[in-house]
Amino acid sequence: MSLRSAKDPSYQKPLTRLIDVAAGPLGLPGYEAEGGYQALKTAVKELQPQDIQARVKDANLRGRGGAGFPTGIKWSLIPMGPDAGAKYLVCNADEMEPGTFKDRLLMEQAPHQLVEAMATAAYAIQAQTGYIFLRGEYVVAAERLNRAIDEAKAAGYLGKNILGGAWSFELYVHTGAGRYICGEETALINSLEGRRANPRAKPPFPQIAGLWGRPTIVNNVETLSNIPHIVLNGADWFKGLSQGKSKDGGTKLYGCSGRANKPGVWELPIGTSARELLEVHAGGMKGGKKLKAWLPGGASTDFLLPEHLDLAMDFDTIAKAGSRMGTGLITVVAEDQSMVSAVRNLEEFFARESCGWCTPCRDGLPWSVKLLRAIERGEGVPEDIDQLAKLTRWLGPGKTFCAHAPGAMEPLQSALKYFRAEFEAGLAVNHIPKEGDACILPDHGEGPKAAYAKERMKWVNA
Amino acid sequence: MSETPVLKLADLPKAQGFALSEAERHEIEHALGHYPDGRAASIDALKAVQKHRGWVPDEAIPEIAKAIGISAADLEGVATFYSLIFRKPVGRHVIKVCDSISCHLTGYDELKDELVKQLGVQYGQTTPDNRYTLLPICCLGACDRGATMMIDDDLHGPVEPADVKAILEKYA
Repeated sequence: MSLRSAKDPSYQKPLTRLIDVAAGPLGLPGYEAEGGYQALKTAVKELQPQDIQARVKDANLRGRGGAGFPTGIKWSLIPMGPDAGAKYLVCNADEMEPGTFKDRLLMEQAPHQLVEAMATAAYAIQAQTGYIFLRGEYVVAAERLNRAIDEAKAAGYLGKNILGGAWSFELYVHTGAGRYICGEETALINSLEGRRANPRAKPPFPQIAGLWGRPTIVNNVETLSNIPHIVLNGADWFKGLSQGKSKDGGTKLYGCSGRANKPGVWELPIGTSARELLEVHAGGMKGGKKLKAWLPGGASTDFLLPEHLDLAMDFDTIAKAGSRMGTGLITVVAEDQSMVSAVRNLEEFFARESCGWCTPCRDGLPWSVKLLRAIERGEGVPEDIDQLAKLTRWLGPGKTFCAHAPGAMEPLQSALKYFRAEFEAGLAVNHIPKEGDACILPDHGEGPKAAYAKERMKWVNA
Repeated sequence: MSETPVLKLADLPKAQGFALSEAERHEIEHALGHYPDGRAASIDALKAVQKHRGWVPDEAIPEIAKAIGISAADLEGVATFYSLIFRKPVGRHVIKVCDSISCHLTGYDELKDELVKQLGVQYGQTTPDNRYTLLPICCLGACDRGATMMIDDDLHGPVEPADVKAILEKYA
């Protein structure tokens, strides 16, 4: 069964080939007419679960939620066989990484693709129940996914004895109630169980003891959406989608936001350069400004510089440059925008969203915010920069219960590395006014500028 | 900068003799059918009550907890963790302003200042006519449309300060 469509005759953009935002998502008949649910039919009628697992492993599909962990290896850890008991498949649709807006597109515009993907993946791991953990703010996605689930159930693609076989699978949409930490795999499981979304200790990994202590696979929306296409077309086809731009296979939903002319999200071969994203697809920087820095894939990735734009956007290449590809949606900062303010904004986000479970994260992140606010106001002391550098280590990998705080330190440590002069410019010692000087700092509402400058002098001399 | 009014416990409306409505009970029971364990319905149940009442009063907690079979203390822990469960009254419309990085780079400060100016309230406050509550929210996943905000279930973006007045007027 060919899955070529009029929009994408060469079938190089499998995830978005049926998306037409102006026309809205395809309902079940339209989706079936375009080859929809063929992958599920092929899986259930012709393939053993292990065959699908092998295909996904051979394709070397890597997790699109940000970590890039090979999906086939994740799946291979789940117990199989008749005695395996209750197993769960959970779709991580809690898209909340600042700067990331790709899963929204897939869920709002191709809901049946995700439903088919969930069913096909659930067959591969022989799960009987699935949940789409969707962030509460995605109300349109919730409505469309629920409609797609109802249609699929009525057509026998979900529910009991799917397509006349022995396997049954129920799928539910679970909507969240806020909190970024829910995107962390084990915090998500706690939240789904109706608990506070504190992460769990690993091991045991969810594949062994996850939801209600049962073997559980958690995969991202984009990761899962690739599954039906891999099942139908095989590993070699999938690897070829990257067109030699990366040793990884497949396409990637890339995007660009921030100070760009035409921000957006595009499905492109994995390994496409950041320069192509910014200059070709996003139409370059707004107002003819120069690019100062960019985040490769979300708030928890290290800043990179214009000199890194030609790197291939894949997990290994961006890691070699000292950052992470993360979600692959870049955020661009213009030459006239403050790095100190940008980092202060990022750390305010992470401080607010800390679950509060472990001390370095709960107390360290607000500390970094306090220091950054002082520097932003021009009231920093030299020790503040050293203290920020220390925090990047104290809150780094291995020092906290989960990856939240280490992720928060990535933009901070890279900003300190590349833009130290901007932090130094925020030290009060560089702004000591002489008698009669007009204050060079903006008035932040603390009163007349003269009084403000006097206060600051007191602060500097203390 | 105006002073933040202190919310006094005595000022909060009391829901005396709290009872779940039929509609709330029905929605909670529907959610319970999705999970093998009642506790998992806690967020759905809190959201069901909030949908009908705008917020989740303290008196509701024991009743919701009873309906899903967990202790009130357990449910209180859940209800106070999630930012979209409101534990004090909100206005008829809740404005959630994205304050994350992409919107920060595309005009968040100006948007927030304009909202504060138009509404005369700060984050966490409700206008005296009970029409709007103003809240910050983390990345709304619409970064190509920054600066963004949500009013109730509607996403708005890109929003320029000049657009704010007309948008607000749509929510009576």
